[in-house]
Amino acid sequence: MQQVFSIPKSIKKDCKYTFCPGCDHGVAIRLLCEVIDELDIQDKSICTTSIGCSVFLYDFIEIDCIEAPHGRALAEATGVKRARPDKVVFTYQGDGDFASIGLAESMHAAFRGERLTALMINNTTYGMTGGQHGPTTMMGQVTTTSPMGRNREYYGYPAKMAEQIALADGCAYSARVALDSIPHINEAKKAIKKAFQVQMDGIGLGFVEILSTCPTNWHMTPEQAHERVRNDMVKTFPLGVFKDLSECK
Amino acid sequence: MEKVLIKGNYAIAQAAVKAGCECYFGYPITPQSEIGEYLSGEMQKLGRGFVCAESELAAINMVIGAVSTGAKAMTSSSSCAVALMQEALSYACGDELPVVLVNVMRAGPGLGYIYPAQGDYNQSVYGGGNGDYKIIVIAPSTVQECIDYTYKAFYLAHKYRNPVILLADGLLGQMMEPAVFSDYPYPEIDNSSWALTGVKNRPARAIYSLEPSESKLRKRINHLFEKFEIITKNETAWEEFDTEDADIILTAFGSMTRNIKAAAKTLREKGIKAGCFRPITLNPFPHKRINELAGQGKDFIVVEMNMGQMFKDIKYAVEGQSKVALVNRSVGEWLRVEEIVSAVEKIMEKNYAASV
Repeated sequence: MQQVFSIPKSIKKDCKYTFCPGCDHGVAIRLLCEVIDELDIQDKSICTTSIGCSVFLYDFIEIDCIEAPHGRALAEATGVKRARPDKVVFTYQGDGDFASIGLAESMHAAFRGERLTALMINNTTYGMTGGQHGPTTMMGQVTTTSPMGRNREYYGYPAKMAEQIALADGCAYSARVALDSIPHINEAKKAIKKAFQVQMDGIGLGFVEILSTCPTNWHMTPEQAHERVRNDMVKTFPLGVFKDLSECK
Repeated sequence: MEKVLIKGNYAIAQAAVKAGCECYFGYPITPQSEIGEYLSGEMQKLGRGFVCAESELAAINMVIGAVSTGAKAMTSSSSCAVALMQEALSYACGDELPVVLVNVMRAGPGLGYIYPAQGDYNQSVYGGGNGDYKIIVIAPSTVQECIDYTYKAFYLAHKYRNPVILLADGLLGQMMEPAVFSDYPYPEIDNSSWALTGVKNRPARAIYSLEPSESKLRKRINHLFEKFEIITKNETAWEEFDTEDADIILTAFGSMTRNIKAAAKTLREKGIKAGCFRPITLNPFPHKRINELAGQGKDFIVVEMNMGQMFKDIKYAVEGQSKVALVNRSVGEWLRVEEIVSAVEKIMEKNYAASV
C-alpha cells in the first residue's frame, strides 16, 4: 500500500506536543518541518529558539537548537550564521519575543539583510505567562493587564510586523499568514518555504508572521478561537505578501 | 621575536586575530573602541565574521550564537555597557558556552566617565546576572599581558566551556608599551562532542538553560560548581615578589600591580620589609595562597582604584589571621608610587587603625 501521509522527518519520533488544545503552534511547527524536509536541509539547519510558549521547540524538532534569551533570537541567529555561513539558520519566536523585547534585534537583522529565516507567531497575547497585554494585542482586546480592553490612552496601537519588516532594505520576503483553514494553511506553507528560499539564495531575510490561536487565554473554544482569527484578527492584521524579492537572485 | 610598540587595545585585537578568533561582534564605547575599529578591517580582510551590532545586548548574544557552533568568538566593551551583557553571561554559564568578553574598564556608577578605574571587580568576579554561576576573570597589568592573556582567555573558555572576562582598564587600553607577539601557544580544543553543526549522522543537539525538573536543575548547578572547582585547582594564577621575608604584602590587580611593585621597592629602601602579591586570575581567586601567607603573620595592604572591592576578598582569604588595610582612590589619576608609600607608612604608624 502506498503511504500518502506521515510525520515529517524533522519532527522528533517520540514528540508529544505540550501545547493547549486548539493552539496553532503544533500546526506551525509541522509546516516548518514539512518545508525543511521538502528542501532537504534538516542536516544543515540550526534554529535559535525563544522564550514563551515557543521555548520547548527543541523538544519537538529533530534539528540542532540553541535557546536564546528573551528577544535575542535574531542576534544569536546572526552569530550562528556569521560563524557558519554554510548552514541554514532560522528563528521561531512569539510576538512578545519578536516585536516587543526583541524589536531592536529583529529590525536590525532585517536592516542588515541577514541571510536568515524568521518566523513569528502572533496570538495577540503573552501566552505562557497567562495572557497579558502585548505588542500585538488588538484594540479593545481584554487581557489580564488590559482589563478594560486595549485603549489608545494607556496602550497605544498594535505593532504590524509583516508590514514593518517589509520596509527594511535587507528584507527579501515578508508575509502574513493564518492557520484557521486548509487554504490558509496551504498558503502559510508556501510562505514559509519562500522565507527559507530567500535565505538559501543569499538574497536577505525571510520573514513570516503567523496569525495563531490562544484558546486558553482568549477564553474560547478552539472553534471560536479560529473564528476570531478569521473574522477579527485579519481586519487588524491583513493577510498577504508585503515583499517578495525571491526572483532577484 | 620582534618587539613592537603598541597600544593595549590594539594588542588585544591583534592577539584575538592570532588566537584564531573567527567572529567579532561589538558596539562602540570609550575607552575600548580601537578594538572594534581594528577588527572591523582585519576580520573582513581575513574573511572572518564581523558585525557592528545594534547594542551590547545584541553583540554578546551574537557571540553566544557563534560559539554555540564551536567557533572562537568575542566581544569587547566597557563598564556601563558590560552591565548590559550580564543577562547573556548568566545564560552563557548555564549553557556552558566559551564566550570571551574583554572589559576595558572606565569609571562609574552609571555613565561615570572615561577616566580609568577598577570599579568592575565586583561586576566581573561576582557578576550582575541571575542565579548561581561563575565566570573566569583574568586581569592583565601590562600590554604584553594583554596579548598573553587574550590567548589564555580563548584557551580557557574552550577548554572548560565557560565564559572568560579579560578585565583590563582604560590605562592599559590607551597605553603604548613594547610587546612581543608569540604564536598562539595553546592546543586547539575539540568541540565536536557538543557544538551545533547540524544533525548529520547524529541525533539533534539542544543548548538551553531552561530546566523544569527541580532535581535536574539542581544537578546542573552542582555540575557548574564542580567544574569551577577543577578550574580553581588547575588555573588559579598569581604573582608574588619578596614575600618570603616580608612583614607586609602590598596587593593589587590589573595595572595597579605596576605601582605596588615600585612602592614595595621604595619601602624596602626605607627599611620596611614589603613584598607584593598580585592575583592574575581574579576568579578563581588565590584564596589558599593568601591564607597561607596570612598564617605566617604577614599583614596585607590592598591598593586599588575603587572603593575597596578586592579588599573584601583579601579579608575573606586572610580569615582574621593578620591585619588588612586598604589604600584606594575611586577614580582618575592612578595612585602614584609616593602616595602609596606614604599611605603605607601612615597605616603602619597607626597600627592599621584605619584605612587611608
